[in-house]
Amino acid sequence: MNMIVCVKRVPDTAESEVHIDASGRDIDKSRLSFGINECDNYAVEEAIQIKEKLGGKVTVISLGGKENDEVIRMALAKGGDDAIRLDDPAFAGSDGFAVAKALAAAIKDLEYDIVFTGALADDDGYAVVPVALAELLGVPHATYVKDLEILEDGKRARVGRELEGGLMEYLEIELPCVLGIQTGINEPRYASFKGIKQAAKKEIVVKSAADLGLDPSEVGEAGSWAILEKFSVPEVGEMAEILQGDPEETAAKLAQILKEKGLI
Amino acid sequence: MKDIFVLMEHRRGELRDISLEMLCGASQLGGNVVAVLLGSGVDSFAEKAAGYADKVLYVDDPMFENYNSEAYQKALSALIKEHQPGLVLIGNTAQGVDMAPALAVELGAPLVTDIIALEMEGDKPKPTRQFYGGKLNAHMTLKDAGMYILTVREATFQVGEPTKSGEIVKVENPVKEEITYRKFVEYVEPEVGEVDITQSTMLVGVGRGIREDKNLPIVEELAKVLGADLAASRAVVDAGWLPPDRQVGISGKTVKPKLYLAVGISGAFQHVTGMKGSELIVAINKDPDAPIFSIADYGIVDDLFKVVPKLTEKIKELKGA
Ligand SMILES: Cc1cc2nc3c(=O)[nH]c(=O)nc-3n(C[C@H](O)[C@H](O)[C@H](O)COP(=O)(O)OP(=O)(O)OC[C@H]3O[C@@H](n4cnc5c(N)ncnc54)[C@H](O)[C@@H]3O)c2cc1C
Repeated sequence: MNMIVCVKRVPDTAESEVHIDASGRDIDKSRLSFGINECDNYAVEEAIQIKEKLGGKVTVISLGGKENDEVIRMALAKGGDDAIRLDDPAFAGSDGFAVAKALAAAIKDLEYDIVFTGALADDDGYAVVPVALAELLGVPHATYVKDLEILEDGKRARVGRELEGGLMEYLEIELPCVLGIQTGINEPRYASFKGIKQAAKKEIVVKSAADLGLDPSEVGEAGSWAILEKFSVPEVGEMAEILQGDPEETAAKLAQILKEKGLI
Repeated sequence: MKDIFVLMEHRRGELRDISLEMLCGASQLGGNVVAVLLGSGVDSFAEKAAGYADKVLYVDDPMFENYNSEAYQKALSALIKEHQPGLVLIGNTAQGVDMAPALAVELGAPLVTDIIALEMEGDKPKPTRQFYGGKLNAHMTLKDAGMYILTVREATFQVGEPTKSGEIVKVENPVKEEITYRKFVEYVEPEVGEVDITQSTMLVGVGRGIREDKNLPIVEELAKVLGADLAASRAVVDAGWLPPDRQVGISGKTVKPKLYLAVGISGAFQHVTGMKGSELIVAINKDPDAPIFSIADYGIVDDLFKVVPKLTEKIKELKGA
């Protein structure tokens, strides 16, 4: 089974303040920490588990600058075999469609049975790449995948997609295909020390838009379906009443409120 | 203005709410609203949609009994090519997300996903969507094209009273070839656990802020003195710290307890969808910008590891008194 895993490096904004920068179209990333997109981490694990079971090769692909190498090397350390980074100033401002085009250009001449991506990116939340990529490659797809079994003949897979309410939809799909992986499909491993050392020595092949045979007009903002005109801070209706004081005081206030509401 | 196509979504004999929501949203835009219904023996859905649409295009074929992206994409693209709408609305649901990007690539139509608001500038939509787990709104400009596709977040539009009585037009299935790539097999219900949190009067919802499963006892303690059950965000369930039947949200349960106390939960809309109907919502989170505070009634901005044990203590005192 030859597999390709697409990974994205994203800022961790769940626990930090997010500030719109001077351009109004981006955020100040100087004080944010970065890491692999959450569902991509599960995608990497899924590919490596299949490789361990059925043999084959795992190629890691990421679009972005040199800083992405850290995310790529972590995937290599866990069991990835080789890596490609798509890097070109022309990719700046790409939406999911433009990213999918760059990925498709890099993948179309590779041999693969399954291309894995995360179901969506934590930063932009587009959820476009897996399904658009499949269409560009002319292969079938499924996204929100939370269960996967390669069927005996190696030509098909039984795929479980997670729907609203946790209901699972099972389908059979022909390989080669693109699968958008959802969190919770497996338990992502931690890289071993040995793996990290080996991965540090591996080559990451860097490809520009021209290397991929892409015209600058096909990628970046020019090649996107939509551009982000500006960010704004969401208007909140009625905010929570924030209880003031140290933990002793806020806890006492809250307990009192719960009592008044008849909950204690 | 050209027609607006709205894809009806249904599953296991139910027309899903997003369908009528989108019809109502589309009706505010000007232009003919056409409900597109792909199904098998779902005349009642066609009738329901007709109350909110100027026309219902209904393809009745066993091929569409259960959703299949291959069949749906083929049928929709054929109908779109034939009728040339200016805008196509699809739910930003597990179904819609699984098909819309492929359809957009095939038709060369610009797509914006997961929109939460929509205005029109002539024939061109100006959608708003969210970035960074709901911390920012992004105002999007689409490339000029003859047709646009948008996927719409659930509950973006309200369903009103049916005021239309659109004509129901049964059309022949435009998909003549067999569906080969992808076959629907079955639905599997999520496992049922020991506690049904949809029945709980009070819930303490635990999020990734708890850091490790070995920290769970502090929230278990709190739940115990309150007489509440534990619920969880997806992050906690994915990590295996609490079982899946405790998950609240779009891919978990919808709960409406008297009290939902969210501890270390950021308030991603996928979570909020499942608990915003709770009578009283309280959030404890160290990030003052956490979206959970915009739907909570009361909030404490602080370290949960300091607040939660104190709260447990205070509740014990009040109970003893
Ligand atoms: C298709 C799809 C379906 C989904 N379905 C669901 C669903 O059903 N339910 C669901 O919950 N999610 C769902 N999600 C995931 C959702 O988008 C979020 O990723 C998830 O809800 C985040 O969980 P969290 O709030 O626990 O974690 P995070 O977003 O990581 O937030 C952790 C919070 O804890 C706070 N915190 C950290 N440390 C402390 C401390 N010491 N004291 C106080 N606060 C602290 C942080 O400030 C932060 O706000 C879904 C996603 C997708 C794509």
